[in-house]
Amino acid sequence: MLEPSFLVGQALSGLTAAMFLFIVASGLSLVFGVLRVLNFAHGSFYMLGAYLSWQVTQWIGVATGSFWLAVLGAAAGVALLGGVIERLLLRHLYGKEDLYQLLLTYALVLILGDAAKLLWGTQQKAMPRPAGLTGSFEIAGAVVPHYNFFIIVLGPLLAAACWLLLSRTGTGRMIRAAAYDREMLAALGANVGRLYTLMFMAGAFLAGLGGALVTPVRSIVPGMDVDIIVEAFIVVVIGGLGSFWGTFLGALIFGQVLAFGILILPGFSIFAVFALMAAVLIVRPAGLLGRSFK
Amino acid sequence: MKKINWAAVVWLALLCVPFLGSRFYTFLATEIVILALFALSLNLLLGYAGLVSFGHAAYFGIGAYTCAILMKTHGVPFPLAFLTAGAAAAAFALLFGFFCVRSTKIYFAMLTLAFAQIVWAVCFKWNAVTGGEQGFNNVPYPDLGWMAALPLLGGLRTADHYFLVVMVLAGICFLALRRIARSPFGRMLTAIRENPERAEFVGLNVRLYQMAAFALAGAFAGFAGALFGLFNRGVFPDFAHWAKSAEVLIMVILGGMGSFWGPAVGAAALALLSHQINAVTQYWPLVLGSVLLLLLFVFPGGIMGLRGKRRA
Amino acid sequence: MLEARDLRRTFGGVTAIDGVSLDVAQREIVAIIGPNGAGKSTLFNLLTGHLRPDAGSVRLGGREVTGLAPHRLCALGVGRSFQRTNIFPKLSVFENVQAAIIAHRGRGRDLWSRAEDLFRDEAQALLGDVHLLDKASLAGGALSHGNQKQLELGIALAGRPELLLLDEPTAGMSAAETRDSMALLRRIATERGLTLLFTEHDMEVVFSTAHRIAVLHQGRLIAAGTPEEIRSHEEVRRVYLGQRR
Repeated sequence: MLEPSFLVGQALSGLTAAMFLFIVASGLSLVFGVLRVLNFAHGSFYMLGAYLSWQVTQWIGVATGSFWLAVLGAAAGVALLGGVIERLLLRHLYGKEDLYQLLLTYALVLILGDAAKLLWGTQQKAMPRPAGLTGSFEIAGAVVPHYNFFIIVLGPLLAAACWLLLSRTGTGRMIRAAAYDREMLAALGANVGRLYTLMFMAGAFLAGLGGALVTPVRSIVPGMDVDIIVEAFIVVVIGGLGSFWGTFLGALIFGQVLAFGILILPGFSIFAVFALMAAVLIVRPAGLLGRSFK
Repeated sequence: MKKINWAAVVWLALLCVPFLGSRFYTFLATEIVILALFALSLNLLLGYAGLVSFGHAAYFGIGAYTCAILMKTHGVPFPLAFLTAGAAAAAFALLFGFFCVRSTKIYFAMLTLAFAQIVWAVCFKWNAVTGGEQGFNNVPYPDLGWMAALPLLGGLRTADHYFLVVMVLAGICFLALRRIARSPFGRMLTAIRENPERAEFVGLNVRLYQMAAFALAGAFAGFAGALFGLFNRGVFPDFAHWAKSAEVLIMVILGGMGSFWGPAVGAAALALLSHQINAVTQYWPLVLGSVLLLLLFVFPGGIMGLRGKRRA
Repeated sequence: MLEARDLRRTFGGVTAIDGVSLDVAQREIVAIIGPNGAGKSTLFNLLTGHLRPDAGSVRLGGREVTGLAPHRLCALGVGRSFQRTNIFPKLSVFENVQAAIIAHRGRGRDLWSRAEDLFRDEAQALLGDVHLLDKASLAGGALSHGNQKQLELGIALAGRPELLLLDEPTAGMSAAETRDSMALLRRIATERGLTLLFTEHDMEVVFSTAHRIAVLHQGRLIAAGTPEEIRSHEEVRRVYLGQRR
């Protein structure tokens, strides 16, 4: 049971899950950091990304590169939806209590969830792996699918890209400034409204991207929206809300605990993660790398 | 001028429902009264303590399963099973509440959801005890034979007898909740809701009070769940599902969390609406979400809010 | 009555309070002044349990209270008002004060009695003391800024404190409001034998009300003494005049 090949396999499986989660959770954390809105519908965006990518492949057929086209198309579509939602609905609630915004995103979960059922039914759907990443190779005796490896590499690359964007570019500086003091930023003449829309769309894009990328590995079903939002939330709790690298760390920890939790309680490994979250909440309520917000 | 106690009037009027002789009306009335209790329990948390819970159905589910399992699997008599159901729900609420109240509003809401998902997952997977995905079926009614011997009640069906039991038990719960809301403890909750920092500096251990509110809300939700499980003749995992939590939350907002009885009105309204909608389409969550949107943008005060200014 | 010794508190890399010691005797009125960012609010938060000091101690009436939670400190006879007005906005003025009294008397655990008329007389007397009796049924959030500060004073007094800490009590007030507010405060302090510790920016208020003044600058106490002593203190003058006050 505890052979190196098994351990390596589990660890890599945990890493894969972690990177999927990171892609999704980073969007959640980003939106919260700037807009101070915890978007419950983030999970719905993830689900829509999955369904949309499946839909796109239905339209364009299976050809070279169609997977990537579908993924990007789906993520872009979800981003567009996010933009519409932010402009038409969320925008009107910014001045009001947090409760209103939370309830709005809650209402969206209900509506988008049923919309998905309406459009695509309740049957499970699946997507094949993209051409070129269908094989697998061995590491220390464990079989690692190429696609999983791709995801494991993509995660940190995406993290690095986002980090560079946030810390080195002018837009990034604006985003970070908005997270600190939106009123000041507005006073300085920045178009905060447009920034908010863009950030919300960026968050939606990441969620949709995560959902689209996960389709070869997990089946597309109703209910995946709530499952992922709870997981993403746990990641953010562990890592620290508002902290970018905290989300990365939280995702890594989540992945490993989930992977090895199976050894302790098969079928109930999610409890291990919950126990971890509870522990973090007691010891460091703001998360491992988090800054406590008011 | 003496104010009319509308709640008492409604309660007395409802007592007459079994004598109308309609199965459907009794069914509907039983459902509404139980859901009203469920909604009122959430309002202790939402309207009074200002804590948004996205996972209140967890305690409804715990109460339902506890009561049903005790009665069917272990032959425990109804009164004891009922009380244990509330106690079990309160215990879990206390446990989860301990973690939830350590966090601010948004975290709190998501944590309540996360814990509720765990409860749902347990109900769903623990086949041996809860019946798993299929649910816990053929839950027996409590022994109500003695009621047929009472004057006036002889001609009624078992479902009617059960309705009257529900009326009495729920009625007691309503009175208890009303008492709590109007008590000094209730005042402390509203103070904490309005300004937790200030509340701390008038001497309140804010977390302790919030946990107490959580536990009380959980207990009454558990009582509602116990009653519902028997009413439904079966307990299912979606009693604890987040969609159920969404429903009860919307009941409270629809009815208006600014008044004590608002949520009861919301429960009745939503129950009636759901019967109408479910007869026509399966997309009840879509309707639910739309109702919530409407409330958020147009009627934040809910039905009772249309009456006038909000009372603390 | 209040002894703070060598209090130290850092945030990230910034030392907000660095080795501050302060004594306040019973029935004294002490003002803490200093330029913006000197650490006045931080010091207050350390004294009232909202923040734990990294080092140092706080004693109340000889009793060690360092790092005690705010609600415990409150029970020991410390009242506080906040810089940003901190009242219960949707509760009525009467209910604001009543809630404070209920909390202080430990009746918060009562799940059974009707709260409506609890401590009615006492609450009304308190409102009378802070000149808000005629506004008793208005919502707290609907009051003017000055009235809200009065309400806050009422809430703080509900606990029958011996020591009152006031964080910028006249912030945002007009000259007339400031005068009235400080007169009320002085009168109540004398009547009830309170010890007052407050921070302020308004020098006129400080020099006319305080028995002693402590000057904070960049987290350190640079001077403490009577108003005359402070007025002629060299370093204080440098700090203030150099800051274009």
